[in-house]
Amino acid sequence: MDIAFLADVFRRLLSGLPLTLKLAGTSVALGLLIALALATTLQGGRPLFVWLIRGFVAAFRGTPLLAQIFLIYYGLGQFRPFLQDIGLWSFFREPFWCAILALTLNTSAYGTEIIRGGLQSVPLGQIEAARACGMSPWLVYRRITLPIALRQALPSYGNEIILMIKGTSLTSIVTLTEVTGIAEQIISQTYRAIEVFACASAIYLALNFIVTRLIGWLERRLSPHLRTAPNLMPSSSPRGASA
Amino acid sequence: MIGDLALDQAGTATRDRPAAVIVEDLHKSFGPIEVLKGVSLRAAQGEVVSILGSSGSGKSTLLRCLNLLETPGRGAITIGDETLRFAPDRKGRLQRPDRKQVERLRRSAAMVFQSFNLWSHMTILENVIEAPVHVLKRPRLECVAEAEALLAKVGLAERRHYYPAHLSGGQQQRAAIARALAMHPKVLLFDEPTSALDPELVGEVLRVMRSLADEGRTMLVVTHEMAFARDVSSRVLFVHDGRVEEEGAPAAIFANPKSERLRQFLSRTRTAG
Amino acid sequence: MISSSLFEVLSFGAGGWGAALLKAALTTTALSIAGFAAGAVLGGLAAFARLSGGALGAALADGYGTLFRGVPDLLTIYLLYFGGSVGLTVVSHWLGGQGFVGLPAFATGVAALAIISGAYQAEVYRGAYLAIHRGELEAARAFGMPHPTMLRRIIAPQLLRYALPGLGNVWQLVLKDSALVSVTGLVELMRQAQVGAGSTRQPFVFYCSAAALYLIIALLTGALFRRAERRSLRGVRIA
Repeated sequence: MDIAFLADVFRRLLSGLPLTLKLAGTSVALGLLIALALATTLQGGRPLFVWLIRGFVAAFRGTPLLAQIFLIYYGLGQFRPFLQDIGLWSFFREPFWCAILALTLNTSAYGTEIIRGGLQSVPLGQIEAARACGMSPWLVYRRITLPIALRQALPSYGNEIILMIKGTSLTSIVTLTEVTGIAEQIISQTYRAIEVFACASAIYLALNFIVTRLIGWLERRLSPHLRTAPNLMPSSSPRGASA
Repeated sequence: MIGDLALDQAGTATRDRPAAVIVEDLHKSFGPIEVLKGVSLRAAQGEVVSILGSSGSGKSTLLRCLNLLETPGRGAITIGDETLRFAPDRKGRLQRPDRKQVERLRRSAAMVFQSFNLWSHMTILENVIEAPVHVLKRPRLECVAEAEALLAKVGLAERRHYYPAHLSGGQQQRAAIARALAMHPKVLLFDEPTSALDPELVGEVLRVMRSLADEGRTMLVVTHEMAFARDVSSRVLFVHDGRVEEEGAPAAIFANPKSERLRQFLSRTRTAG
Repeated sequence: MISSSLFEVLSFGAGGWGAALLKAALTTTALSIAGFAAGAVLGGLAAFARLSGGALGAALADGYGTLFRGVPDLLTIYLLYFGGSVGLTVVSHWLGGQGFVGLPAFATGVAALAIISGAYQAEVYRGAYLAIHRGELEAARAFGMPHPTMLRRIIAPQLLRYALPGLGNVWQLVLKDSALVSVTGLVELMRQAQVGAGSTRQPFVFYCSAAALYLIIALLTGALFRRAERRSLRGVRIA
């Protein structure tokens, strides 16, 4: 085995890691905000909005991410004069911003579906109990439904983040030199596909591992009610079982 | 027994007190099925009314209507000084009552559910202070102090930082009762509070309910616990087929039921229990 | 104007790209079906190895799943495209051949989709097998059913029933992943759209058409999966 070559490949691939992380981090964060807004609007049940959001989700879940990236980066170039007129051309000219836009829209469509599933899993009884003490619909949503739903959705959202990290690789096709883009360059120069693949996959698997751990940690932190019962609780007051 | 005597006296005395709950001619249908066919009842302040009936008689629907978890089709509900009237519109559809009014009414009629329905993502202390802080907008510290007292009262002071999933059914139901009390409601509604419990856990919940009755709280209790209905309540309602079939003091209801249906019902529950 | 030329560009006559796009859509479908089917074999083997193989087989199957579900699918395609060609060239040199031998693009695409979807399908089959009620297998054994009969009459039908929803998801993933095979030069739907976009300077029209065609294939095949699911659920009470 050629250790020097592997080390060199590894070093070059790592130089693409910041871009991979920037793409994934930005789109996941923005996508989560959009998904929250869309899922909340769906919950409101106004037919026009429901219809529009369902269409958006179906379109972005039913087509390849690559097609979405091409449509935004190359496709919108067809309207260059118009985009220049309204001052958006400097945005759509940049592959980075087009990639961010495509990834964000894509993950927000999947995220909407995940959060909607979480909202549907909230036990009706707990919602009724909240209504029964006179909470307004918005208060019920904010204090009871949404927190339970988000906790429920967390594992699926973890998977979505991993899919997004994998998805950033497609931006190499629109000239962004993130990890996969660099890997492709090295392979096409050296034809040593297996070594390069091994190095690149090590980076991605490490990223996935970190995300899985972070989500697991967050899950445990946010779901004390799913943990096993505490044996000893600090009991400050001697009043207690006097009733 | 002494307790029975005292309660009997209380039962007769409540007649003169002002009403806490008045229900007039309440109707409720689910699609083509009419579940409530004109129910009226009056509960004076401090009265404990047990509502009996076989499953499907409409007794739970009646209670859920009182808290507006179901919207009645026709009739009127008064709790304290808040009255809501219901009537179908010209096309015969249900009319949504005014939301603000519904929320006001719900604040004065606290509900205890068969399946507890504690909020799973909050500790039981958080469950108890949630509505006082966020619905009644009372200062948090004050609510915590009060909640701790209430939890002590139902015997859960040491468990206040536990999550519902870590408590037994009986403990969860006692926590749910504390949650209801924290609203300072004008009436407590119990919807079969012991039906989801293992037999050995029923007693602890009934003991708490008994102590509430002794404090003179107004309670409407849908229940299958005949002993509770007989010993604790000041009045018993027997609901059958969406109507109040028979109503009276527990002694009278249990000793000599007038209607044939109530007689059948009582004999069935006796053999079953 | 875009709208005036839209019908010309996408028409089926001379100078129109309609027929080419439809043909490319068929290639995409064929590529996906072949990749999915080959993936079923790989996934089935991997699931079997994890469920009943020895420690080594289980570890290998586990590693296979973790690797190809965790690595970008595009990277897997590069591995097969370049790695496969290099391997083929070496073999051809042994046999006295000359120069660089490229791998046939369709076969590479099928292999890549098979390896990727196999990793996901293994999870689906494993989950489905574990969902089969143990008591039903015991009952079959108690009636003296021989193992192959049990596999065919009891396990396989139930496995399919439990696996269908998951397989539907994997199929959609394969269909969308097939677009990535365009980087190998195979003229499937995505590649054809690129070609059309380049020569007409109307990228928006072509990428929209391609996206619409993907969506149509996804919706039609999705309906097929749902129908199969409904059929397989006969006799199951839905809560």
